[in-house]
Amino acid sequence: MDTDQLIRSLAADNSHRARSVGFTLALALLAAAPVSILMFFAELGVRPDVMTAMHNPFFDLKFAVTLALAAAAIIVSLHLSRPEAELRGWAWLLAIPAGLLVAGISGEMMMPQRLPMMTRLVGSNSKVCMSAIPAMSLPLLVAALIGLRHGAPTRPAVAGAIAGMVSAGLAATLYASHCTDDSPLFVATWYTLATALVTAIGALAGSRVLRY
Amino acid sequence: MVGARVREREDEWTGLMRSAMSGDDTAYHRLLKAVTPVLRATARRGLARAGQPVDQSEDIVQDILLAVHLKRHTWDANAAFAPWLFAIARNKLIDALRRRGRRVFVSIDDFAETLADQPAAETASPTEVAAQLNSLPARQRDVLQSIAVESASIKDTAAKLAMSEGAVRVALHRGLASLTAKLRES
Repeated sequence: MDTDQLIRSLAADNSHRARSVGFTLALALLAAAPVSILMFFAELGVRPDVMTAMHNPFFDLKFAVTLALAAAAIIVSLHLSRPEAELRGWAWLLAIPAGLLVAGISGEMMMPQRLPMMTRLVGSNSKVCMSAIPAMSLPLLVAALIGLRHGAPTRPAVAGAIAGMVSAGLAATLYASHCTDDSPLFVATWYTLATALVTAIGALAGSRVLRY
Repeated sequence: MVGARVREREDEWTGLMRSAMSGDDTAYHRLLKAVTPVLRATARRGLARAGQPVDQSEDIVQDILLAVHLKRHTWDANAAFAPWLFAIARNKLIDALRRRGRRVFVSIDDFAETLADQPAAETASPTEVAAQLNSLPARQRDVLQSIAVESASIKDTAAKLAMSEGAVRVALHRGLASLTAKLRES
């Protein structure tokens, strides 16, 4: 088949309309969410004192941070699914969750504390946190990669890393409702480490599966 | 002078692509014909710079055209078409050179500044796409053969192969998608 003939067949296929990357990504994440939620209720469950915890601003801050991460990463990943897109000018969105954490840490510093700083940082759930967030991330990461495969990212590893942040942000949102460690110091340490791990897995997987 | 001509050309491309996306098949055909010499000239230059035989340029051109087609939903109709096209073309050219074991710096400007004044003729050697055509499922191959090689319309192809027009359209799109997948594997 020469190039003129190929062009003829492409023009004949012009009526085919693909769904947008955003729609595909949303569909894939919605399909994977029940798997992660099932894992959550089978292994962890919501903490028993959740009704009182909700009145603690540091409990609520955890959700603001994880949801801000997921939302920012979704926006950036959709941007990067266009071939001519660059990360420059968009990366600051990913600083929003970090900024919320810094604000939370400063807020906590100004309040009288019952527990010393290191105790709050180390917490009592760090091991669970480090395994539960990556585990619940995996189905979501697969979904995010499937959704983004529909796009055309110029740098597949970067797009994969951002897909990792999407899934880690969503999985951490689930985990936050189980974990009794509410100190922003704990979140900044362990949630960040877990997110970094998932981000690295996403970059590795993305460099293979997001090439088009 | 050159800048103005390039800009004029790129505005025309954007207009054609907008028409194509709103369902104008002829505009789409014209657009693909118009960008091909620019893609070909740049691919040849890239191969030459990497010390590779330039007669492989047609493989790269066809690879780019298939990617443009299958990823055109990622083009934002409010943006210019050329930067999007050249980003895909650059990506595919770098990929092709890397597969041949060469690392070559390719910039978007290589495409943007290419004027296809003396268009290089298409090389006659059969391309990878042509070779992969035979490995497609029979139905997809027959439909592609009819539309591409025998330049039959979708309607005529449907009558000839005793299929519905919808089935022809599906087979055509699947055929193009699986050709692309096979090129990536090979």
